[in-house]
Amino acid sequence: MTNSALIALAATILFDAFVSGTPLLLATVGEIVSERAGVMNLGIEGMMLVGAMGGFAVWFHTGNLFFGLLIGMIFGGLLALLHGCITIALRADQVVSGLAVTFLGTGLSSILGAPYVGKRVPVPLNITVPLLKHVELQQVLLVIFGLVFALLVWYYVNRTRPVLNLRSVGEYPSAADSLGLNIQRIRFTYVVFGGLMSGLGGAVMSLITDPGWVDGKTSGLGWIAIGLVIFANWDPVRGMVVSYFFGLLRRLPLDLQNPALPLISTANNPSVGRFMDMLPYLATIFVLILGSREALRKRLGAPAALGVPYVRGEHS
Amino acid sequence: MNLPGTHYRLRIESRSNLPAWVGAVSAIIGVFLALVVGGFMLRAAGATDPIGTYIEIFKEGFGTPADWAAGLHALFTGTDCPKGMQCFGPFSDTLVKASPIMLTGLACVIAFRMKLWNIGADGQMFLGAWAATAVAVFLLPKTTPRPVMLAAMAVAGILAGMAYGVIPGFLKARLNINEIVTTLMLNYVAYLWVEYFVVVGPWSLGDFESTGRFPTSATWPRLTDYVKQIPVAAGLTAHPGIFLGIAAALLLTWILYRSRWGYEIRVIGNNPKAARYAGIDVARNIILVMGLSGALAGLAGMNEVAAQRELNGRFQQGLGFTGVIVAWLARLNPIAAIFVAILFGALLVGTQLIQPQGISSMLQGVILFVVVGTELLFHYQIKLEKAESTAPSAAEASHD
Repeated sequence: MTNSALIALAATILFDAFVSGTPLLLATVGEIVSERAGVMNLGIEGMMLVGAMGGFAVWFHTGNLFFGLLIGMIFGGLLALLHGCITIALRADQVVSGLAVTFLGTGLSSILGAPYVGKRVPVPLNITVPLLKHVELQQVLLVIFGLVFALLVWYYVNRTRPVLNLRSVGEYPSAADSLGLNIQRIRFTYVVFGGLMSGLGGAVMSLITDPGWVDGKTSGLGWIAIGLVIFANWDPVRGMVVSYFFGLLRRLPLDLQNPALPLISTANNPSVGRFMDMLPYLATIFVLILGSREALRKRLGAPAALGVPYVRGEHS
Repeated sequence: MNLPGTHYRLRIESRSNLPAWVGAVSAIIGVFLALVVGGFMLRAAGATDPIGTYIEIFKEGFGTPADWAAGLHALFTGTDCPKGMQCFGPFSDTLVKASPIMLTGLACVIAFRMKLWNIGADGQMFLGAWAATAVAVFLLPKTTPRPVMLAAMAVAGILAGMAYGVIPGFLKARLNINEIVTTLMLNYVAYLWVEYFVVVGPWSLGDFESTGRFPTSATWPRLTDYVKQIPVAAGLTAHPGIFLGIAAALLLTWILYRSRWGYEIRVIGNNPKAARYAGIDVARNIILVMGLSGALAGLAGMNEVAAQRELNGRFQQGLGFTGVIVAWLARLNPIAAIFVAILFGALLVGTQLIQPQGISSMLQGVILFVVVGTELLFHYQIKLEKAESTAPSAAEASHD
């Protein structure tokens, strides 16, 4: 294999990592914002699933990719709204409500998505880019969107005024309340934002990164996102970087099957695949272990009021 | 002086003592409301007759009164069931389905009592099933007496599940790593592990994606095995596994309410800070409780393979998650978990044959939502009261 071919191969693998990391990035960054406001939403998996199913269904009927993404996003947002009603307005346990979001999303997407299993998928527009040869235009746009999105959220979370409100609501709600901030409304806003992003992440999966709908499409990606939020230490840029890394891990079993790869190709050894598929999940645990040591050293941590419903006059 | 208009506002106050029956009532209301909400969703999803669907689910899960009457008559007269397997068949299937859920539910009960969110009962169950299979098919000879074989499988399942529960427990206790994420990740690892062994790996029988039939000594006896003595038992697959669940529930009740350890668990669950001040070793308890929780889930796995008589690529995922709902609906009470598990067993059996797939998962989600959502009503009193703006009126009074 020539050097230039090897470089092209590496570039392709890297690009694929960015592409398959982007749904994860959207969900992770959305959840970071939601948790910053003090609401943990364990329902990412469910929101991504309804987003993926809804987006695919709408695209299937209208043929409009943008419309599909939009509806998928809204589906995710609606489930998050439900989570908000239960946990913010009714002050129920966030862990259990989040699990319920996942069950509901899994069930709904399975029921409503049944007619779309194995249906035709969007035909990508190919363009030519140096090094990568043929890539899909949608994927290029998606990667750019993801990058810009994460940086914007990072800027918003660290450098702008409204976000002081966001952070105070997540860190010290009673102080925020005494400043006249409407805690419930702020929390609702960011929880729904998180849901919209998870829904979009799901829709992106079923329409752009690996087109098509099957039951349980996201295969645990939503749960990985929750782990990444912790590892990213609630920082959108760290969340972005680690999402791309996990994109690489998710693609790895496929990439390594390429017989053109020198030395490490698994093309002749299919049973390695199951262990390769474990990598993202094991890596999530591994990065959490790494992150915990860092958190202990630097005294970093979750937003102080994460998971605690706010009740005026009640201190926990 | 401006009279304030009649403003009313809602005030939410904590309720301190809850009568014991409130839990049961809230669970029943929760299920009922969930069925109503779920009915609308089924309607929206294109089911023309949601009530008919529910009746169908109920019939499939419990059987009709006529089936039971015929079955009881046949039982006492020692004759065959006039309706084939239909007499006790549905309820027998429900018990078969309920026994793993009961155990995973109890696994969640004990962990949730300490606010340890073990969402990994599914993975622990898979590993328990794997270990029990290893013992049954590959370690012990086929001729091992049945009680010895089943006991060895149970021990293997328990140990494997326990080890798989202790890993996240240890990470939580020593490094404060979120157990929700680790237990979930380990679920996927366990699925892939079992898949490797039975689909492509050393235990696979080629295209069958299965270990093949276990030796008889490694399987639960079924009611249908006694058809000579009890003709009505023909075809019934109910097995003694359900008693494992009931025994585990009794054991957990004893641990939680009668033992010193249970007391510590409850104190930590209610107030970890207070527990620390009282000198309770929280870290040690986290590891122990995760071990016990994993052990129960592992036993559920052993129970399932002994009932299915093989480990195959279709070993059901999600029973551990149903355990989460069972635990919550039982309000973390082990005895209540027995009955809730049977109810959910019926739900799973009833929805098995019904299209579209996914109804049971959706209903489980709605039930969980409604149950956590209505909890507020029992922890808080909602009062409608006149809003009297005291501060300004006092100021105005002094002004006058």
